[in-house]
Amino acid sequence: MSIIQHRGGGLILLSFVIALLLHMLALPEWAEALRPDWIALVLIYWCIALPERVGVGVGWIAGLMLDVANGALLGQNALTLAIVAYLALRLHQRLRLFPIWQQAVSVLLLVLLHLMLTLWIKGSVDQSTVTWAYWLSALTSSLLWPVVFLTLRGLRRGYRVR
Amino acid sequence: MALAILSVALMAIDHRQHRLEDIRAGLSVLIYPLQYMVDLPVSASSWIGENLSSRETLLEENARFKMQQTLFKAQLQKLLALKMENARLRELLQSPRKISEHVLIGELLAVDLEPFTRQIVINKGSRDQVFMGQPVVDADGAFGQIVHLGPWSSTAMLITDANHAIPVQVNRNGLRAIALGTGAPDSLSIPYLPMSADILVGDLLTTSGLGGRFPPGYPVAKVTQVDKNPTLPYATISAQPTAQLERAREVLLVWPQDSRDESRSQLTESETATGSPP
Repeated sequence: MSIIQHRGGGLILLSFVIALLLHMLALPEWAEALRPDWIALVLIYWCIALPERVGVGVGWIAGLMLDVANGALLGQNALTLAIVAYLALRLHQRLRLFPIWQQAVSVLLLVLLHLMLTLWIKGSVDQSTVTWAYWLSALTSSLLWPVVFLTLRGLRRGYRVR
Repeated sequence: MALAILSVALMAIDHRQHRLEDIRAGLSVLIYPLQYMVDLPVSASSWIGENLSSRETLLEENARFKMQQTLFKAQLQKLLALKMENARLRELLQSPRKISEHVLIGELLAVDLEPFTRQIVINKGSRDQVFMGQPVVDADGAFGQIVHLGPWSSTAMLITDANHAIPVQVNRNGLRAIALGTGAPDSLSIPYLPMSADILVGDLLTTSGLGGRFPPGYPVAKVTQVDKNPTLPYATISAQPTAQLERAREVLLVWPQDSRDESRSQLTESETATGSPP
């Protein structure tokens, strides 16, 4: 039983790598603030779908990689994404039952939390020059949630990731 | 919970003591292939563009470069004479200041970093003897300095980042000041200058070399606005960076003469200046 249960770890890893690539992809100046929080979206999906495999630890490691890729303070995204993963884990049974638009609203709140915690950390250690556009990424994230959700669910079912 | 404490500890150590650069450098090895992949379409498209550009454009470009080359050569002749004269005068004054530095050309990776910070990724790292805090310039002026170092890549903070400050002097009269980044792409602010300071719109600010990071004499910015409001304690001055901070694809990494190590010293200036494309 326990041997069959763990399959498709490669796919999970790949989804995080692609999220990281999308995160680093160079966008024009005006679109930069609209970039959705790919890593958080992928993390939330796996926390809902496979709570026994992806959780706070994975969120922490993904956040650490994001910190290095971003040139941010080491541990900043690790902490905030671990918190996001924790909340997603706590709520996963409720989130699973939600219709997709309601899930999108929950994702909006989770990403807003992520952004707010990041802003707190940034504000307490250095000069931040954040404008209102900073929060737009939460909006685009929740708008893109159905796409991410349906894609990853299709992949998960297709490859029988358990 | 343990992870939360660990990450707070990490942040504290990273912020206060900068002891985690080795960990960051190690992890950046994992990240670099991803950054390279992200950059690939951009560099491929520019490569294709170069290869498919028409003969006329190339000829035109060639003619333009030839003309520029002649111009620069003429200017260089004058510069050499001036350099000699300067060295002679300095010898007379027994002043030990050295002027020449060594440079290496680095290419920017088209990678986006944290929004609302001004940082770039360069395809040169500690394997190319890049060091922490190394000054980065482009053809038109001071660009930034290295803040994170990996084996094959490094991250530089631009002079416009809100956490960056660079000691400058007014080229016209030697007035010293500090230019702070504002986070906006094309503006620096010069605080703490009194109302009576002799600084005008259009003045060129150059590096003063006082910070010990940037070698003296590189252009930094042109003053765009001087506002002497008598109700404020200091004049409000803003300046526009001369470097092409948002457009450059190549930057120069500068080794100041005295901190240069043995392996570099064998390279002559002309050798390093031609650079090595990756």
